[in-house]
Amino acid sequence: MNTKWETVIGLEIHAQLRTRSKIFSGAATRYGAQPNTQACAVDLGLPGVLPVLNAEAVLMAAKFGLATHSTVAPRSVFARKNYFYPDLPKGYQISQYELPIVHDGYLDIELDESTTKRIGITRAHLEEDAGKSLHEDFHGLTGIDLNRAGTPLLEIVSEPDMRSAREAVAYMKKIHALVRYLDICDGNMQEGSFRCDANVSVRPQDAEEFGTRTEIKNLNSFRFVEQAINYEVERQIALIEGGGKVVQETRLFDPDRHETRPMRTKEEANDYRYFPDPDLLPVEIGQAFLDDVAATLPELPEARKQRFMGDYGLSAYDAGILTASREQADYFEATVDASGGQGKLSANWVMGELSGALNKAGVDIIDSPVSAAELGGLLLRIEDGTISGKIAKQVFQDMFNGEGSADAIIEKKGLKQISDSSAIEGIVKEVLENNPKQLEQYRNGQTKLLGYFVGQVMQATQGKANPKQVNELLRKILDA
Amino acid sequence: MALDTSEVENIAHLARLGIDPADIVEYARNLSDILAFVEQLNAVDTTGVEPLAHPLEATQRLRADEVTETVEREDFQQCAPQTEAGLYLVPKVIE
Repeated sequence: MNTKWETVIGLEIHAQLRTRSKIFSGAATRYGAQPNTQACAVDLGLPGVLPVLNAEAVLMAAKFGLATHSTVAPRSVFARKNYFYPDLPKGYQISQYELPIVHDGYLDIELDESTTKRIGITRAHLEEDAGKSLHEDFHGLTGIDLNRAGTPLLEIVSEPDMRSAREAVAYMKKIHALVRYLDICDGNMQEGSFRCDANVSVRPQDAEEFGTRTEIKNLNSFRFVEQAINYEVERQIALIEGGGKVVQETRLFDPDRHETRPMRTKEEANDYRYFPDPDLLPVEIGQAFLDDVAATLPELPEARKQRFMGDYGLSAYDAGILTASREQADYFEATVDASGGQGKLSANWVMGELSGALNKAGVDIIDSPVSAAELGGLLLRIEDGTISGKIAKQVFQDMFNGEGSADAIIEKKGLKQISDSSAIEGIVKEVLENNPKQLEQYRNGQTKLLGYFVGQVMQATQGKANPKQVNELLRKILDA
Repeated sequence: MALDTSEVENIAHLARLGIDPADIVEYARNLSDILAFVEQLNAVDTTGVEPLAHPLEATQRLRADEVTETVEREDFQQCAPQTEAGLYLVPKVIE
């Protein structure tokens, strides 16, 4: 990375709001329905229809505003953004322009274990999504599915506060987690419920003015955001250092080639001719409404993180990972409950074995084959000494493969830890007798051989001896 | 404020209107006249006046988030020039 240049990034995130019906009509918003079965007269822009605003969309926008320390505007106005495209039947998109519903907020992102950075949120406005164009297989024509037309979107516009692709991804992840916590967006990036455009420019390290920016459209994964920005930064620097100039334009990221390309330029620069939509009246939001919304806000990621640190003694880093998604945080807390309150042990298992197994299987935590209650049950058996941590990992794999509860597997496979001192003592003596050389070395001062003896005993018992007890017994006999 | 012919062409293009080149000069004069008429408003002192978003000084009523529409695809598609597999077909929009 060239150090002479500073990268400047701002993101526009589109979050589809999880309403049942559309923003301006009573058509359903369910994903994956048969084409055009969820596109009513309003969504089609037929003559004589009137859009009526969905109360839930307003509520969700207000929640987002409160959760990002933003101003929720007492008065906001819908405007028409005019352009022609077949998946936009009215010839304009209803959006908000001069008076958005949410503005001037911020979110703090973690850069590493001890540094946070504040990212400004310029505005978040309500608008309707467009339909979908299908370009293949229609004998040279384009197929239009308007099911998505009119789905409510919250477009969240950041300040140009990010200085690297990593910061941009951290910010996007934070917004993603937040809308999931607030339950206002399902966050499904494959289905396009959460996507973003990145504005990227570079400037000499000490410059005051921003460089000319390009906009990379429609990035629908965190990985693509990172790759696209990194590519674009390198491209712009190479261009400028080669004596060229960055052209302000819209580009698309090609994930197969890991590069950005200019979109086929439209014949003229965008000229949307915004004006207030005469079909819709100004939206007014009163303090009483906001107080009600504030009272229903769930515990937000930052507060939950602090509570995990305080209640369970977790590090900021661990608490940050566990609260990165609401599902994972819920799973963790349910595990703690089921394990009789073992916070640290639960954290280690959720972030370690569980998360590893889920990743390997490509399964989301909400679909985990091992429930939080079941994992808690396993941790109880570690805590009460029935099995060692090592055996527990084996039991966990069996649980993950659907072989039953921890107790059932321990019983069936005879994995119960040997805690009977006389039985262990017998094995300890046997091990010492079989290793006279090491025993002599130990007696001559090489006390670190204790570990060797512990290992031998564990091996002789197939890991079932209680390691703590083995240690104690060995010390007792050796140091007698 | 007077519009020249290239501005008229641009406005027609943005609105996807096909206009007869022979009429452009007249359109330019008519549109300029309309603008001049409206420009009289600039003489009014609007200091301290809130911009009006809508002539009705009312606020937006909201509807409950309920699915109230039924599937009427068949009816709607009867007035479409061409449909297939439930999709509306239009001239190809990317090359």
